[in-house]
Amino acid sequence: MNRKLSDNLILLLVLIGIILLVGTLNGDQFFRIENIQTMAFQLPELGILSLAMMITMLTAGINLSIIASANLTSIIVALTLLHFMGPDMSEGGSVGIVILAIGAGLLVSIIIGFLNGFLIATLEVSPILATLGTMILLKGVSIVLTKGYVISGFPPLIRFIGNGEILGIPMPMIIFIVCAAVMALLLNRTRLGVNIYMLGSNATACHFSGIDNRKVLIKTYLISGIYAGIAAIIMMSRFNSAKADYGESYLLMTVLAAVLGGTSAMGGFGKVSGLVISLVILQVVSNGLNLLRVNNFMTIAIWGIILILVMIVNYLSKQNLIKKWKA
Amino acid sequence: MKKLFSSYEAFVLLAIVILSAIITSMNPNFLTLENFLDLLKSYSFVGILAIGVLIVLVSGGIDISFTATATIAMYVMAVVVNQYGGNMFIAFLIASVIGIILGMFNAIIVHFFKIHSIIATIATLNIYYGLLTVFSGGKWIYSLPTWFREFAQVRVFTLTNSTGGQYGLSIITVIWFAFLGLVWVLLRYTIIGRGVYALGGNSVSAERVGFNILRLQLFVYGFMGWIAGIAGVVLTLLVQSVAPNSIVGKELDVLAAVILGGASLMGGVGTLSGTILGVILIATMNNGMTLMRIPAFWYDVFIGLIIVISVSTSAYQNKKKQSKTIAIEVE
Repeated sequence: MNRKLSDNLILLLVLIGIILLVGTLNGDQFFRIENIQTMAFQLPELGILSLAMMITMLTAGINLSIIASANLTSIIVALTLLHFMGPDMSEGGSVGIVILAIGAGLLVSIIIGFLNGFLIATLEVSPILATLGTMILLKGVSIVLTKGYVISGFPPLIRFIGNGEILGIPMPMIIFIVCAAVMALLLNRTRLGVNIYMLGSNATACHFSGIDNRKVLIKTYLISGIYAGIAAIIMMSRFNSAKADYGESYLLMTVLAAVLGGTSAMGGFGKVSGLVISLVILQVVSNGLNLLRVNNFMTIAIWGIILILVMIVNYLSKQNLIKKWKA
Repeated sequence: MKKLFSSYEAFVLLAIVILSAIITSMNPNFLTLENFLDLLKSYSFVGILAIGVLIVLVSGGIDISFTATATIAMYVMAVVVNQYGGNMFIAFLIASVIGIILGMFNAIIVHFFKIHSIIATIATLNIYYGLLTVFSGGKWIYSLPTWFREFAQVRVFTLTNSTGGQYGLSIITVIWFAFLGLVWVLLRYTIIGRGVYALGGNSVSAERVGFNILRLQLFVYGFMGWIAGIAGVVLTLLVQSVAPNSIVGKELDVLAAVILGGASLMGGVGTLSGTILGVILIATMNNGMTLMRIPAFWYDVFIGLIIVISVSTSAYQNKKKQSKTIAIEVE
């Protein structure tokens, strides 16, 4: 228990410091219910995509194709809706058709996950290369399917997923909480989770302890693909449209969020709790700066600076620990 | 190393030849000197960046902040020469200094705090790009000095085509080739170049052999920065304007070209000839699609397919080779 706390201690301190800072600078606006709700609507997209990124980083991999995969998924959902409902689909729409469309989208994201898993696990392509290739390929397929145009105007049921509320809690937030909880359970309470951590810290040792590394890797990229697919549904609902190149700036942000949350790019380390704290930090920073009318691009720069500072603090505290241990 | 091309490079070359044959059969304009020289000119920007990316990959690192570095370098260069005047040498000098400083900053955080280079450069990409956009207000620069415009038109030799239009070997292409030559000598015949390979192959051994790792890292990322600065000026020469957001986001495209050329992300592997072939393959693809009147939105599908197929085949070959080596060791 102590160990777990100290893992996230620095992050929690950073979070508290930032909330205090934003609170003193602009407390009236920041602590308003509406503002907190706005943040709760914005966080889940990046959050679920970051979960998709994080699970691959735990195996010492990376998944650069998550955004392209999400866009293709939402385009498939949009095209399925278009096929069954015709061009004026923004009115009506039966539950059956929506479920069918979402099912078709998730099926595509599962196929994409398998493809990545096959390339990385079976052919042993390095994850960056494999997913860089599929990223460009998937984006290409999306562009060909839509000819580069936007598909917009979805049925109310789809819009509800990204914009609705249940008991005042935004729908995307509920989906995110479920996704994060499932991921945490999967990583901490299942055999697959243990294997993922083991594979990430030492693939050879993992192999020699009788684990089929290939199966673990394929499952990892499969889960990553499904999470990207879930994020896709929220994204298309919030934008009320689907396009081949939405959210490309999210890609590096997901790596940033995962690393900030303590996930190691070398694999083996990282917790869902850390990721959630880091997502809240990023959201509070961008929201706080937004309230102070700071340029959006300044926010991007500040995210970068925070990432480097946290990495430096992590490094120094680890060095300290090693010193103590040696003494 | 006696062989001119490794088997992988031969494979890429074969792909280029087949592709060229197909394109030429559809449109004979492809295989003309004019089109070839035009291609060399318009791909010199990617070609120059690819050289820098190759060196970083060989050293076992990765840098994706170079688009932001190039943008800052060309922006500051354009502002300064517009304000104070100058000449081409000063333009390149300003861009070089900025590039080297920003590149070395990457080296410092990678080296001293042991931050994985992909994470460090994602962070600096955001910082550089964010700050540039804030300070420039995102404004484009359209006006450039006359001498700058004229330099872009300089040709080493000029020819006339059948319709009377003039074409030739652009000075911009020469800059690319000069850097190719420089880096070829550097990687092959200098201690620092061999050090870069050693660092990428095994950094612990490299240190034991006596290489100063800090100095090597400073060199590698500083060189990447320098190359990015030069590429920034080259891009400005090509398009005759400076946009803060024109190239950020394209870093993975350059990376793709270098990887197509056979450089490994594990470090220690990668040749200049492979990188050139990678750039030429992408250039041929792109140009061929235009000449064959294939709608531009198919472009990503083809490039994606080529990358997936090429990395898969080379990984598969590697896997087979490795299983053979293990068998011998057991003997």
